[in-house]
Amino acid sequence: MTRERRLSWINGFLLPFLNVLTAFIATAIVFVLIGVDPIKATKILIYGALGYDEGLGYTLYYATNFVFTGLAVAVAFHAGLFNIGGEGQAYVGGLGTALVALYLNPAMSAWIVIPLAISGGLLFGALWAIIPAYLQAYRGSHIVITTIMFNFLASALMVYVLVNVLREVGEMSPESADFIKASWLPFVHDVFASFGYKIAKSPLNLSILVALFFSGLVWFFLWHTRWGFAIRAVGKSNDAAVYGGINPKKIIIVTMCISGALAGLVGINELMGVQHRLFLNFNYGYGFGGIAVALMGRNHPVGILIAAFLFGILYQGGAELDFELQNVSRDIVVVMQGLVILFCGGLEYLYRPILIRFLAPIEGAE
Amino acid sequence: MTESNIAIELINVDKHFGAVHANDKVNLSVKSGTIHGIVGENGAGKSTLMSILYGFYQADSGEIKVFNKEFRATSSKQSIEAGIGMVHQHFMLVDNFTVLENVVLGSEGGALITESLSKARIELKRLANEYGLEVELDIAVEELSVGMQQRVEILKGLYKGAKVLILDEPTGVLTPQESDELFRIFEALKKQGVTIILITHKLREIMSITDHVSVMRAGKMVAHRETSQTNPEELAELMIGRKVLLNIKKSKAKIGNPVLVAKNLEIENEQGLKRVSNVSFEACSGEILGIAGVTGNGQGTLLKALAGILPISSGTIEIMGETITSKNTLNPEQLRNLGVAHVPEDRQRMGMISEFTASETALLGYHNDKNINQGVWLKRASVKANCESIMEAFDVRPNNPNLMSSNFSGGNQQKLILAREFERDPDVLIIGQPTRGVDIGAIEFIRKRIIDMRDAGKAIILISVELEEIMSLSDRIVVMCDGEITGTVNGTDADEATLGMMMANALESEDELTGVKS
Repeated sequence: MTRERRLSWINGFLLPFLNVLTAFIATAIVFVLIGVDPIKATKILIYGALGYDEGLGYTLYYATNFVFTGLAVAVAFHAGLFNIGGEGQAYVGGLGTALVALYLNPAMSAWIVIPLAISGGLLFGALWAIIPAYLQAYRGSHIVITTIMFNFLASALMVYVLVNVLREVGEMSPESADFIKASWLPFVHDVFASFGYKIAKSPLNLSILVALFFSGLVWFFLWHTRWGFAIRAVGKSNDAAVYGGINPKKIIIVTMCISGALAGLVGINELMGVQHRLFLNFNYGYGFGGIAVALMGRNHPVGILIAAFLFGILYQGGAELDFELQNVSRDIVVVMQGLVILFCGGLEYLYRPILIRFLAPIEGAE
Repeated sequence: MTESNIAIELINVDKHFGAVHANDKVNLSVKSGTIHGIVGENGAGKSTLMSILYGFYQADSGEIKVFNKEFRATSSKQSIEAGIGMVHQHFMLVDNFTVLENVVLGSEGGALITESLSKARIELKRLANEYGLEVELDIAVEELSVGMQQRVEILKGLYKGAKVLILDEPTGVLTPQESDELFRIFEALKKQGVTIILITHKLREIMSITDHVSVMRAGKMVAHRETSQTNPEELAELMIGRKVLLNIKKSKAKIGNPVLVAKNLEIENEQGLKRVSNVSFEACSGEILGIAGVTGNGQGTLLKALAGILPISSGTIEIMGETITSKNTLNPEQLRNLGVAHVPEDRQRMGMISEFTASETALLGYHNDKNINQGVWLKRASVKANCESIMEAFDVRPNNPNLMSSNFSGGNQQKLILAREFERDPDVLIIGQPTRGVDIGAIEFIRKRIIDMRDAGKAIILISVELEEIMSLSDRIVVMCDGEITGTVNGTDADEATLGMMMANALESEDELTGVKS
């Protein structure tokens, strides 16, 4: 194995793996501190997330959301932009999906309604990202600040829309009417049942295929098209991009639109797949979780799929912990998430010097 | 020679950077109160050696003595305490601080600044008198000319008690006249007993100013000479390890029609400051037009405008039949499609992307080309094949398109960029600093290629801070100072003194006296 290959192996797999492991060890210490046997907790977590059909279904269902927001953060990151606005873009994207799924003619075929509803999510997500993008590109307002602000704006907007516009007459809770049936994405257990396999019911639905499709698309787009090249060039060196005839301002706008659109897909899973109506805070936590997923997945779709799966496990397993153990609440997931972000993001290169010294020493150096 | 008058002594100093043996058992002794030159090619290990002295790096093994005392610095602070001062190639000054504030920086003393400032003011007045280093103290550093900023750096060192001053390529940013002024300061410092170590690759400076010279090659100290006992030819041979042709042979230019005509150009830089005004010239096919000038006198801005990176604010550029004005602009891509290639001044930041592979760097600027794209698909196999072929043509080593761009040596990076631009067979070539930070072997190669392009009938506009490069390559030389053209000479008639006068725009001698840029 050449040194180059070893280095990429270290950077791509070994390092993230060790970082996650460290985060888990730190979590174990937290468990010990609150008086929980970490081994027992791990068993519950793993079994709850992977041990049986329903648990696995939930894990994958959560993971689907993280894939969307993780991809969103990663695409922006390749252009050197830190999109903190996944939360808001997912929220408003859901509105786009809902508008299509509420008001299309119920008699229309699902083959038309579903793509249109997905497009609605993409479009609204993109629109919510375009203003921060414009402000960054042409006015120099930092995208981190503006996207955070847009998360709050999205919250306010959605409360207004749900309370004043979409709420059905006579309803007390701020949620929309049910979507038309043609927009419902089939549950995976129903699909399996139609082929004669019986698996337990879970919220897992076909949007997981949409997530896989977009992962592939993002990979192809970033590394196998000239636009992907332009985006990565801007991300690595603005001056070199300008020299190469690339307009960084346009790239910022285009990239943020793509990023926002990907975040806007969370609604596909949550609304079209499971709830079949629009309601408050359906997006809760996925936008921010996506940042951690992208960090851990090294902004590469394959890494994001793995990281999203891990976060799915944490979400589902964390819920089980809450259920099984008295002195653990669901918030332990937030602690674990925080530790993963700390070790995968903040202390990303903690082990790098040691690994390089032992596994890929420079030839000729004593 | 007695023990006591040795200022700095290095014994078997050794330093590795990974596989690179940057300093290989280096021995050096510098006599107190002398000017000692260290010459060598880029990458010979001069800067590493000095960084060890200044506490930036630690030697792997070996011994260092400063004024006969054992010395092992782990930070620049210890070096300063031992009496070593360093003037870096790129000044370490805070632009919007005054001269006084810059000098005090790092030795502020207590919590309140006023006291140390007034103390420093008195001390600086004394130093200025003693060494003839007059600088206005209450002016922001950014207002000063480069030569003056350098004086501030020297003052900073002296203020901190330096008895040994190390200067890394100090004349790179100066006009010949400013360099002479600097050398006068050296003489004054030497008289007062200050030891000066001068790192340079310019043999002319070594010959004219130093008492002793040491030559480094590939990490080794290959020779020590008394300057009076040697000559430039010998030093050049020692530096490179073989005889070199310092001047490239070229035939007479066959000058064709003008292909690039600039009229009354006015250009603002990225910050919106007017850096080029009233510039007119033309470049013809089959000639090399050199643009000389001290760094920062508008050549860089002009280059960027010609390449489409900066817009012009007035005037016109006629290029390959198109006319560029402030309203009708062409972007770098459109210019490339017209047959205008651009080798940027700043290789690291603009010419390549260090975190991209070589094949992706070789794609920069041409990623929309039809032959590598099929629909939406960028054909990576074609990109790689293309990179392989241009690497072959320009002898880029290692010949590996998948290697990270940053892992190539400076010379090979530059060859890759030149290959990318030359191999598309452009009609106009805009080239900035083609051999900056490139080893001598590659310099020869690059210059030959530029002349080949000229002989193939291309129009070449060449910007370089190396006067020697401009003079040996150009058929016609335009000199810029403060954004304006201050003279035009034929390549064959050019001599350093005249060009130097033009570069300083000697008519505006008032500036020289006050040291303030107009």
